[in-house]
Amino acid sequence: MVLDLIQELGHKGLKFFQRLGRASILIGHILLSIPAMLPRVALLVQQIFSVGVLSLLIILVSGLFVGMVLGLQGYNTLVDFGSEEALGVMVALSLVRELGPVVAALLFAGRAGSALTAEIGLMKATEQLSAMEMMAVDPIQRVLTPRFLAGFISMPLLAAIFSAVGVIGGYFVGVGLLGVDDGAYWSQMQAKVDLYDDIYNGVIKSIVFGGVVTWIAVFEGYDAVPTSEGVSRATTRTVVHSSLAVLGLDFILTAIMF
Amino acid sequence: MNTKQTEIIVGLFVAAGLAALFMLAMKVSNLNIYSQDEGYEVEAHFDDVSGLKVRSAVTMAGVRIGQVSAIIFDPQTFEAVVKMRIESRYNTLPKDTSASILTAGLLGEKYIGLEAGGDEENLKDKDRIKLTQDSLVLEKLISRFVDKFVDSGDKK
Repeated sequence: MVLDLIQELGHKGLKFFQRLGRASILIGHILLSIPAMLPRVALLVQQIFSVGVLSLLIILVSGLFVGMVLGLQGYNTLVDFGSEEALGVMVALSLVRELGPVVAALLFAGRAGSALTAEIGLMKATEQLSAMEMMAVDPIQRVLTPRFLAGFISMPLLAAIFSAVGVIGGYFVGVGLLGVDDGAYWSQMQAKVDLYDDIYNGVIKSIVFGGVVTWIAVFEGYDAVPTSEGVSRATTRTVVHSSLAVLGLDFILTAIMF
Repeated sequence: MNTKQTEIIVGLFVAAGLAALFMLAMKVSNLNIYSQDEGYEVEAHFDDVSGLKVRSAVTMAGVRIGQVSAIIFDPQTFEAVVKMRIESRYNTLPKDTSASILTAGLLGEKYIGLEAGGDEENLKDKDRIKLTQDSLVLEKLISRFVDKFVDSGDKK
């Protein structure tokens, strides 16, 4: 009985490390095939379109609403201390440092990551990847690398758009609706938000998240059990694992950076 | 959708992302304040600069004209040396300008307020502002007030 439990634990542990090892080999393979990929810009552009551009709408709308909610909530709290002019600082710092990269990455995992996994998983299930191998085309180089690069490039851009739209949403609510002074909103923001400490670190965060989320998505698709059930499980795992990875990494990065 | 259309849309997307980054850098952060011309540097010696930080504002008549670039402790005189960078378009400050450390609001942050004097000559790079007034420390103020209060109580 006890032995069974221990055996189960050992089995789980071994499986975990096997997966981690396969994922590491895959990322190594992807990174190595980047130089061969670079001349084929058309593939990359196609993938940036499906990964980045198609995620744009959800990023824009949620960014706007997150900024507006921050404006409302921040105003209600700050007005108690008579410092509603600090609204701009609050909205900008929370977006640029945390909410921009993190929420954009979560949305990105849900919108683009799951699509990537499903696509690659289905390619595997319908043996398109094996067919490529038969034709001496490396499926990792042809299919996985452009998708990984596209996610890596799109994510920081999406996070920046999210933050910028959020700041504007906070402006609409704070200045337009609640009557915070227009000049104070921007000038306090500019006085307190630092280019290196805040904005660069936010961008670094979003680059890391972009890499991790697409890595997980691509790996889950490539590693999926090639059945319809397997693909659906892999898609679920992508969203769950990448959300957890983003939140966990966010804590570590924040502890290192700020 | 043909390739050309896709490429155009991707181009627009990348441009929008870069524009958003640019907006964050220019409009949201303090880049525009310190990316400008180098300006010129003047220094001032204070006995107490508590609360003042590097990049705190240097103002004149309430308008920001520069920022604190360094705060150094001078072990010979036991004074704090504050170096400030002032934008080069404000190059007509008189030589006997005085600097005081002020607080924005009751609990706000410290900044340096400059007050013009009447000298004919102007401040130049690496000049020193001689007339200074220290940072106001709340504890010192309260203890002075309490001392006075106790003294006047004794006299009665």
